[in-house]
Amino acid sequence: MNPANYLYLAALLFTIGAAGVLIRRNAIVVFMCVELMLNACNLAFVTFSRLHGNLDGQVIAFFTMVVAAAEVVVGLAIIVSIYRSRHSASVDDANLMKL
Amino acid sequence: MDTLIGLLVAAPLLGAGILLTGGRRLDRAGHLLGTLLALTSFVLAAVLFADMLGKDTGRRTLTSHLFTWVPVDGFQAQVGFQLDQLSMTFVLLITGVGTLIHIYSIGYMEHDERRRRFFGYLNLFLAAMLLLVLADNYFLLYAGWEGVGLASYLLIGFWQHKPSAATAAKKAFLVNRVGDIGLSVAIMLLFTTFGSFAFSDVFPKVGQASATQHATVTGIGFMLLLAACGKSAQVPLQSWLGDAMEGPTPVSALIHAATMVTAGVYLITRSGAIFNAAPDAQTAVVTVGAVTLIFGAIVGCAKDDIKKALAGSTMSQIGYMIMAAGLGPIGYVFAIMHLVTHGFFKAGLFLGAGSVMHGMNDEVDMRKFGGLRKYMPITFVTFGLGYLAIIGFPGLSGFFSKDKIIEAAFAKGGTEGWILGTCALIGAAITAFYMTRVMLMTFFGEERWKDGRTATASPDEPSAEPAAAHSAHGAPHPHESPSSMTIPMIILAFGSVFAGGLFSINSAFVKWLEPVTGHSEGDSPVSTGTVTAGTMVVLVLGVLVAWLMYGRRPVPAVAPKGSLLTRAARRDLLQDDFNHVVLVRGGEHLTRSLVYLDHSLVDGVVNGTAASVGGLSGRLRRLQNGYVRSYAVSMLGGTAVVVAATLLMRAV
Repeated sequence: MNPANYLYLAALLFTIGAAGVLIRRNAIVVFMCVELMLNACNLAFVTFSRLHGNLDGQVIAFFTMVVAAAEVVVGLAIIVSIYRSRHSASVDDANLMKL
Repeated sequence: MDTLIGLLVAAPLLGAGILLTGGRRLDRAGHLLGTLLALTSFVLAAVLFADMLGKDTGRRTLTSHLFTWVPVDGFQAQVGFQLDQLSMTFVLLITGVGTLIHIYSIGYMEHDERRRRFFGYLNLFLAAMLLLVLADNYFLLYAGWEGVGLASYLLIGFWQHKPSAATAAKKAFLVNRVGDIGLSVAIMLLFTTFGSFAFSDVFPKVGQASATQHATVTGIGFMLLLAACGKSAQVPLQSWLGDAMEGPTPVSALIHAATMVTAGVYLITRSGAIFNAAPDAQTAVVTVGAVTLIFGAIVGCAKDDIKKALAGSTMSQIGYMIMAAGLGPIGYVFAIMHLVTHGFFKAGLFLGAGSVMHGMNDEVDMRKFGGLRKYMPITFVTFGLGYLAIIGFPGLSGFFSKDKIIEAAFAKGGTEGWILGTCALIGAAITAFYMTRVMLMTFFGEERWKDGRTATASPDEPSAEPAAAHSAHGAPHPHESPSSMTIPMIILAFGSVFAGGLFSINSAFVKWLEPVTGHSEGDSPVSTGTVTAGTMVVLVLGVLVAWLMYGRRPVPAVAPKGSLLTRAARRDLLQDDFNHVVLVRGGEHLTRSLVYLDHSLVDGVVNGTAASVGGLSGRLRRLQNGYVRSYAVSMLGGTAVVVAATLLMRAV
């Protein structure tokens, strides 16, 4: 199987994730789209690792997973606390950080 | 002998220091101490004079170097004195007349509770004036020049509780400042052109100046003339002298008649080498002198205030001196000769005027005098001798010195000589007229101060001398002044009578000054006899006209309206109006337009920058809308741009 196909899949997944982040309002969905983008990156890393025949990409993929796990912890905590205080999970409602 | 020169300056300086810092405990002896130190200076001057007379003509210059004032590489300001015949003449005049006026002031200022301070200022003036004439370089001369300006300011405003005196002092100070800028610019030019400002360095170099330096020398001449105009009250900086009469009369006599106002003549004569090398500057000097001698004389004709009439006369006589100094080697000696004789008779006239005021409850309006010769005989005689001397009565000092200046003016030659000579003759005629007027109005005619008219002493023109204001009510009782006042007047009267004749025996004065200033006879188109005859004719004419106007018929106690010229002359020929219109109003317009420019242009640029930055940031602020997704778009867009740019760069 042509390894380039994995890259196309990774690009497709990343695009879907980016579009989701930009378009959707629900914080949970936005969050999942971010995860999708991270995993698209992971897929690309692993593919390049395979293509180049070394393990660098695989190692980076593990790092990404660690970062993603940490992000999930912090991100979900923020979303839950925002939902508690504002009774909404819409990212557009949390617009206080402006001049 | 050299060390005595320093002491000459130090004595009055010490007096000023003690009297001005000593406090009230010196009130009782202060005036005596001041007079004593002035006298010390005069005795030292006399000793030095005797020593100088004993030497050969060529080796009379004494120099004394004290210390280096400002020692900077290439710029060495020395404190050094140079006593030559020219300085000696001035030193004798300053200390001699100065001492006499100190003595006179003891009597005149007796009732003033600030007499000690007055004598301190007088001593300060003597020290500064001596420094001015003894300095061996322009830098030190400038220090003396400013010193006399300060003393003049302090003494004009001595009765500072009178607003008019305070204003007059300020006016004198400001107008003098204009002239002083001229002197400082001249000194700077001298330094940049010749690398020095010592007389002994500069004057030989002026003679061998290159063509470009020549233009600078002319500029220096003009700047020195400006300085002289300020200090000597010459047109166009003449307006302060009339107002300076607000000061006590001894001050008017010493500073504003005999010594300080002649500093300009000294400056021009001392800088003779510069002016000889700059004919254009010399032309300007004679023009200023000729204009002022007529100007001052006309002003003197119209004034009813005895001191202001004398002030106009001073202006006019200094005009003669400046004109003579502008004639070059033909005139230098006679400028100084007239300066000395003028020092005698004008100081005498002012002291006489002070004596009259002393006896008349400090009234200065001549229309309220009259017939005083019976009441103050000594004042009458001394004033009369000064009067005869100033109009140039044959045999008295003014005759010799003024006649010589008129001759020198004709000897300039050509059209210029004729114009200057004619101006000088007209000036002589007007001098005779206004001095006769002063004489007749004060000492002759009916006694206009009786019948209570003076009791209501002119409310519009308050008495100039408030020291004795307590007695200003009721009719005056004219009386002769105390001997401390009359003795100086008598001595000055002797000087007025004999000085000119003494100087003219064997041309003694010419021979005395010639080694310093140089002298040439010139080439006169008219003979000496003709000039003397012409002077006599205009003298008689002036006296006759004055007698017809003021002697033959009674003088009205209230001034008649007078012709247009008279009214203009009463207002000092509109000099203040001119200054107001041209300088004050012009200055106001200038500042207003500058303020407008500042508001519109400078502030416009500053405010415009601020407004545009503010507007721009207001627009930029919209980007910070708080929506996470819009931030995400910009991040994505930014990344896309960076990636695209990177790829594009690689492709290229």
